[in-house]
Amino acid sequence: MKAVDPILKVENLSLTTIDHKPLVNDVSLSVGSGESLGLVGESGSGKSLTLRSILGLLPSSIRQAGGKITANGKCAMVFQDPIGSLDPLSPIVSQLAEVVYYNQNVSRKAARTIAVDLLQMLGLPESLKHKDRYPRQLSGGQCQRVVIAMALARKPDILLCDEPTTALDVTVQKQILDTITNLQKELGFAMVFVTHNLAVASAMCGRLCVMKEGRIVEQGDTMQVVGHSKDPYTRMLIDAVLPLPSLERRAE
Amino acid sequence: MEQSLHVENVTVTYGGFTALKQIHLELPVQTTLGLVGESGSGKSTLARVIAGLITPAEGRVMLGSEELGKRRSRQQRKMIQMVFQNPDSSLNPKHTIKQIIGEALLFHKIVDRSQVENRCRELLRMVHLDEHALNRYPHEFSGGQRQRIAIARAISVEPSILIADEPTSALDVSVQKSVLELLSKLKSELKLTMLFISHDLGVINAISDTVAVMRKGELVEVSSKEQFFTRPETDYGYELLSAVPRMPL
Amino acid sequence: MNHMEAALQPLHAGTKKNSFIRKALRTPTFLCGSIMMAILVFMAVFAPYLTPYDPSQLDLSAALQPPSSEHWLGTDQLGRDLFSRLIYAARTDLKVMVLAEIIPFILGVFIGMAAGYFGKWVNSLIMLTTDTFIAFPFYLIVIIIAFVSGTGEQGIYITFMLVGWIVYARVIRGLSSTFRKQEWIASAKMLGLSDVRIILKHLLPNVLPQAVIVLMTDMALLLVAIVTLGYLGIGIAPPTPDWGTMIFDGQPFITTKWWLSAMPGLAVVYTGIALSLIGDGLADIWRR
Repeated sequence: MKAVDPILKVENLSLTTIDHKPLVNDVSLSVGSGESLGLVGESGSGKSLTLRSILGLLPSSIRQAGGKITANGKCAMVFQDPIGSLDPLSPIVSQLAEVVYYNQNVSRKAARTIAVDLLQMLGLPESLKHKDRYPRQLSGGQCQRVVIAMALARKPDILLCDEPTTALDVTVQKQILDTITNLQKELGFAMVFVTHNLAVASAMCGRLCVMKEGRIVEQGDTMQVVGHSKDPYTRMLIDAVLPLPSLERRAE
Repeated sequence: MEQSLHVENVTVTYGGFTALKQIHLELPVQTTLGLVGESGSGKSTLARVIAGLITPAEGRVMLGSEELGKRRSRQQRKMIQMVFQNPDSSLNPKHTIKQIIGEALLFHKIVDRSQVENRCRELLRMVHLDEHALNRYPHEFSGGQRQRIAIARAISVEPSILIADEPTSALDVSVQKSVLELLSKLKSELKLTMLFISHDLGVINAISDTVAVMRKGELVEVSSKEQFFTRPETDYGYELLSAVPRMPL
Repeated sequence: MNHMEAALQPLHAGTKKNSFIRKALRTPTFLCGSIMMAILVFMAVFAPYLTPYDPSQLDLSAALQPPSSEHWLGTDQLGRDLFSRLIYAARTDLKVMVLAEIIPFILGVFIGMAAGYFGKWVNSLIMLTTDTFIAFPFYLIVIIIAFVSGTGEQGIYITFMLVGWIVYARVIRGLSSTFRKQEWIASAKMLGLSDVRIILKHLLPNVLPQAVIVLMTDMALLLVAIVTLGYLGIGIAPPTPDWGTMIFDGQPFITTKWWLSAMPGLAVVYTGIALSLIGDGLADIWRR
């Protein structure tokens, strides 16, 4: 049993509205360095709120009524709506360069170079080096890559993702998820991935945490949860994933 | 009503943008055609052309030998009904459920005035909703329940074709399955021909007999379900299927 | 109860009328405004029983008297009891305010719905018309009409019929074109219902709340207009009591017997506040 401190620890977190209606109840989870935890649930399960409270990004009408959150490293977040996460009036290299400048101790010029490199690492075209573009000129998938780049500019130890591919087409989703997986291998950050899609969570994360109506109903190894769950709600979610027949491999 | 629906050479343009390009499609009677595509593929636009909500710039929609033109007759309108994606805006917020389901019944004189309430109760039963729902308003129901009400409204006029445009996309997974089962059941009970649109291939696999793939306004592939999901004809079809995240077996 | 059974239960009970009254009772702005208005309307309706004097009863010997136990608000320059005149003026002004609004309200709502629902050339035509009318200041049109058809109540009704519908048309047009994109309109079309039926039975109930809220504010503005015209002498003609003429009559005595002008002024403010509160209250109730 490794006695290494988890990089993120949420202990008995409880969130309520201003008039004491419970939204999240006694939630505890932990993430080790380099690990991925999937936070799965339907609407109203409290998964997004739990994620936001890690960064302290709760709306003003919601209070933390109890519990403790300990993060032993820097956190960064990727949100669901890629276009809404970017400043529409500012071209993307400039936006990213600004984040780099404020997070890494470099000159403005160096920040811009780092920004372009980061965008390339995320698969955006090299032409950006010469001609900056506005968010509206990019597709949803490209915008999400910029948002991920901005998160990575912080050199985070933990990447928090709130349904980052839900608004994207399935082919774009695959590209983004592959990109995140590769970046995680390369940069070694831990990840908390919130989604309502159990298949996505299982593909991306080594451990799963299933939430229902503000509580955790099951938590553990992905294969364990998906293969041998005893909890009825989890079983229902697993059964609700509609199966696809095996696709025959194509001769290239 | 054993006439099948044909879409012949339909083109729809908005200003300079081509939403649909020379679409040829047949809806074989009493089968479910699953229409798949990513955003911007034109699948919703095609549905609306068939539904008579959008007039194509070129081409026509035929039901049997009858052309469904720009101005459809009441009889023609009744034959094709639609269930929409967003349960929050599918029902008139100021109408009771009884008004929503019963209005078409009265307007088209499908039943006697005295029989309307009974028929409404029957329709609610068919979609597994309690009859007390009649006097309530849409905001008092959940998303899944509202979709059932929308389905009841659609079948009230006894259509032969039902178009479902992403009817479960806005719903929780736990509710999705029951709505799909309901649609399946109604399709066989009422002998409907169904056009089912979804970006979710798992849903398409569950409900379709035939699959049609659209991309950027064009029809790319039409195959039987079994064929499409194991051996898709086109590269794009293969790309779509490989991209779907699958549960670890 | 498993989740399927739970899915079959309606979320919360309550019919529409019940919940409106319940919400209304919990909305202080609406309550306050309604009570204020109710008091005013009550006094106006039962004026003959509530006023101690006949408003047109002259008594030159008792002219310009300060408030006393005999004359609660004093008397004006012709010895008429100010309190009685004030209440009777409420009758006149409120009546004109309501009557003048009826046709513009109906006209504006229907024109707005037509523009928003049909769009395209219908919308362009209506927008062109409203933009043309809006170019002319309201008071200019009133003065022109006053010259053509004479001053008084009639002139107000005619003017307001010509221009009053515009504000409703604009607001309702915006609402209607938003609603037009919603699927419950599309489904009504698909069910084969006629456009007229959709506009009257589907669209109208959804735009009416907003129209009523606009009505409240518009009435307040119209009241100010009626009073201003009375003050200018081209509104409601004497001897019919009217807050506007009363303010004008009291003007020469503003430094000595300020209440002669101030009281009718305050009455206008009171009514305006009441209407505003009702409008705000309705907006709060219907937003929830």
